[in-house]
Amino acid sequence: MPFIPHTEEDIQAMLASIGANSIDELFDEIPLALKTGSLKRVPPGLSEMEISRLMLERAEQDGRYLNFIGAGAYEHHIPAAVWQIATRGEFYSSYTPYQAEASQGTLQLLYEYQTMMASLTGMDVSNASMYDGASALAEAALMAVRSHRTSRRILIPQTVHPVYRSVVRAIVKNQGIEVVEIPYDKLSGQTSLDGLKNFGSEEFAALVIPQPNFFGVLEDVDALTDWAQSRDAFAIAVVNPMALAMLTPPGEWGEKGADIAVGEGQPLGIPLSSGGPYFGFMACKQPLVRQMPGRIIGRTTDQEGSDGFVLTLQAREQHIRRSKATSNICTNQGLMVTAATIYLALLGPEGLRRTAAQSHANTAALLEKLERLKGVKRVFSGPLFHEAVISLPRPAASVLQALESRRILGGLNLKEYYPELGDAVLVCATETKTSADMENYVTQLGEVIRNSTDIASDV
Amino acid sequence: MLIFEHSRPGRRNYSQSPKAAEATDIPEKLLRKTLPLLPEVSEMDAVRHYTRLSQKNFSIDTHFYPLGSCTMKYNPRACNSIAMLPQFLARHPRSPESTGQGFLACMYELQEILKDVTGMAGVSLTPMAGAQGELIGIAMIRAYHESRGDTARTEIIVPDAAHGTNPATAVMCGYKVVEIATDKEGNVDMAALKAAVGPKTAGLMLTNPSTLGVFEENVAEMSRIVHQAGGLLYYDGANLNAILGKVKPGDMGFDVIHINLHKTFSTPHGGGGPGSAPVGVAPRLLPFMPVPIVAFENGTYRWQTEKDIPQSIGRLSAHMGNAGVLLRAYVYVRLLGAEGMHRVAEFAALNANYLMAELRKAGFEIAYPNRRASHEFIVTLKDLKEKTGVTAMNLAKRLLDKGYHAPTTYFPLLVPECLLIEPAETESKETLDAFVTAMKEILEEAHTQPDLVKSAPHTTPVRRLDDVKAAREPDLAWKEPTRNISVTRTETLTAIPTVSVA
Repeated sequence: MPFIPHTEEDIQAMLASIGANSIDELFDEIPLALKTGSLKRVPPGLSEMEISRLMLERAEQDGRYLNFIGAGAYEHHIPAAVWQIATRGEFYSSYTPYQAEASQGTLQLLYEYQTMMASLTGMDVSNASMYDGASALAEAALMAVRSHRTSRRILIPQTVHPVYRSVVRAIVKNQGIEVVEIPYDKLSGQTSLDGLKNFGSEEFAALVIPQPNFFGVLEDVDALTDWAQSRDAFAIAVVNPMALAMLTPPGEWGEKGADIAVGEGQPLGIPLSSGGPYFGFMACKQPLVRQMPGRIIGRTTDQEGSDGFVLTLQAREQHIRRSKATSNICTNQGLMVTAATIYLALLGPEGLRRTAAQSHANTAALLEKLERLKGVKRVFSGPLFHEAVISLPRPAASVLQALESRRILGGLNLKEYYPELGDAVLVCATETKTSADMENYVTQLGEVIRNSTDIASDV
Repeated sequence: MLIFEHSRPGRRNYSQSPKAAEATDIPEKLLRKTLPLLPEVSEMDAVRHYTRLSQKNFSIDTHFYPLGSCTMKYNPRACNSIAMLPQFLARHPRSPESTGQGFLACMYELQEILKDVTGMAGVSLTPMAGAQGELIGIAMIRAYHESRGDTARTEIIVPDAAHGTNPATAVMCGYKVVEIATDKEGNVDMAALKAAVGPKTAGLMLTNPSTLGVFEENVAEMSRIVHQAGGLLYYDGANLNAILGKVKPGDMGFDVIHINLHKTFSTPHGGGGPGSAPVGVAPRLLPFMPVPIVAFENGTYRWQTEKDIPQSIGRLSAHMGNAGVLLRAYVYVRLLGAEGMHRVAEFAALNANYLMAELRKAGFEIAYPNRRASHEFIVTLKDLKEKTGVTAMNLAKRLLDKGYHAPTTYFPLLVPECLLIEPAETESKETLDAFVTAMKEILEEAHTQPDLVKSAPHTTPVRRLDDVKAAREPDLAWKEPTRNISVTRTETLTAIPTVSVA
């Protein structure tokens, strides 16, 4: 019986105390007709040795590839100390810190996290995290609508991650909120300021502003922020936290700064791990804090005047407000934030900036090499951060497949999301890529393009 | 001391930062002008600081943690080490299915096992937490009614004992909440249910066993009433641990369920997340399931997307949900196997009923004394408070002094001065006996030295904290007293000093 410590003697003594004859009797309030027979599709139990062997084989079956895909999840080096500490039982196996006096470790760490994220985004307040970047953006849209009061429409540029746009729609649609998309400039890859003019005098609750955008292109965030705020709409920044080591933080965009900043926290010490668990972050300006969803930690004092930390502003939350809460959200992504906080402490401002700068420099170097290949071109002219769209002279799906057979993941095929771009691929090289890695990629891509036998012509 | 207070300008971890890099192609107006407030500490400082912080936590690995409704069972270490195999960690979420057949096999098998255990026709693994599972479940109910042109259904019925997430979720899905009462034995009041259902009923959200720690004996009748009125039944899987392998929600008549893997399937709570809450559906809701879902066709695993399930309510996460948590749950179910699955509910019930019996003998008042405990039960301190002034919160804090995490307090809201106690199946009889001894001691202290109990805790890293001050004068981020370091463009980009490593 895995993980159950009871001896036969324990069982008998416990049943005697209860006054029951058998364990089965403890289920006598369940109508007999409802009781389950056997579980047919659950296999017999394995020992730890057996499951370890099975899982190692599956892991090895998948193996490892030289990866140039980014698209919202980025491969960065993670210091060994990050997960060795985060998986200490005291962090790993504790619960939401309701009992503050027994949870000061988690609570202080979250307060430090909030401080780091508020500074990185240039905002006043950060919450203790959301599920992921996409759902954080949806919650920001809901928060803007709650705060705006007169409009239930959100403007989202098509340069925002296409899956984020889907998630926002899925989450807000049942509350009668309309999502309106803005086209992008075909040359620069930026949100079209001309496109905004088409909205005339229509009212919106918020404009979403990505930095960098899904194409890796940097937006004119000052102009977009000012445009939104001049029309009484909130400016919602959706940003890569790694980029913020170098780029102007949302709190300083335009005349007044963005109102809400959200994004995917994965680049800060979280492994790619097939897409999760990651964490979303959310920060805002002071006046909006009571509309913010999720857990928030505050510093206070104890009976003896010493500093301590507690969950605070709980009057916003579902366990107090029930149907009137700001959101149904219960937990944050505590363990992921534990890792991210340790990551940020280990890198410091300079380490983080160097990681960002090296990632950017590697992508720039890769692009330079790629553009020397015949028929390979950068698609957009706008300035970029550590990711770019390239177009290929051959069908993108076949090229990527041929690279895969050479153990290289060459980027994300954009056909599904942006068919108008033709054979376009989103590529990213972070600081983990060496010159040899990039040389290898360019050489293999060159061969694949030249060697028509690798290419299925009908794709 | 905060990590920022260990910081010294210029202190760096050279092994954690790339050598110098230049990035001069970014327009100056897009670059930040001030350094972010991140600590500058050595690697050892950081390791020591966060190790020490961890030691200020209670956790399952260090303390008995009988937190009702949270199922704080042992989190097997193998689940973690296997999910952290380098190949699993390195796999990019957008990498092709052909490069992840081993991983996808685990996900597919987990879907199948969860279908069997819950008696549902389909399972999607994508929800990232219980509350998101609820949101998806209610969105599917809404999509179902809308697909039939049945738009007059505007209400979701929720028992008053429900978790706060239930009514909050119904509102997020655009529904009005109708709350119904509980009878004196802890069941949903059937007269109230009959009065509440009607042509406006979209569905009923139910936790069974309920948050009162008892099995809803009339669940089959409730299912008939709601279905007859045209509504659907939502199962909140918060308490699935109590009936795992004993009763399937599908057999009770539920149309849609969520399963908290961080409770029943032993994935870590992590100080408040990440959770993971797969949803299961009856056949009529299959067309609305959230994507992606893993399919197995012609010997190959692949993702089903919107193209396969065109009426899907869509995507709720950027990729596929909390994959690493799902891997941990998969390892756990394989370790348990079918036999171990039955044992979970059996021993969770044995521990809960034993602890309830022993606490009753020790003089504690049980809220529903005529009922079996499910995997948890409620003690009410209403009388104790009247006699001694000692509240449920006081007792909870005093338990911390004695080395036990407190049970859930003041939930469910309808039992005054309540403690919701859930021991979970992984605790031994000796641990439960020692907990009873501690509870007895506190009961005695409440009568002989009530101030000792009221001023608890005494031995934790901090004493009782001032929540009112925290809310009235919010201090939500540390501010450095004199920090405003401007950097020029040159410093920002081109003059990152080259590091020479001897």
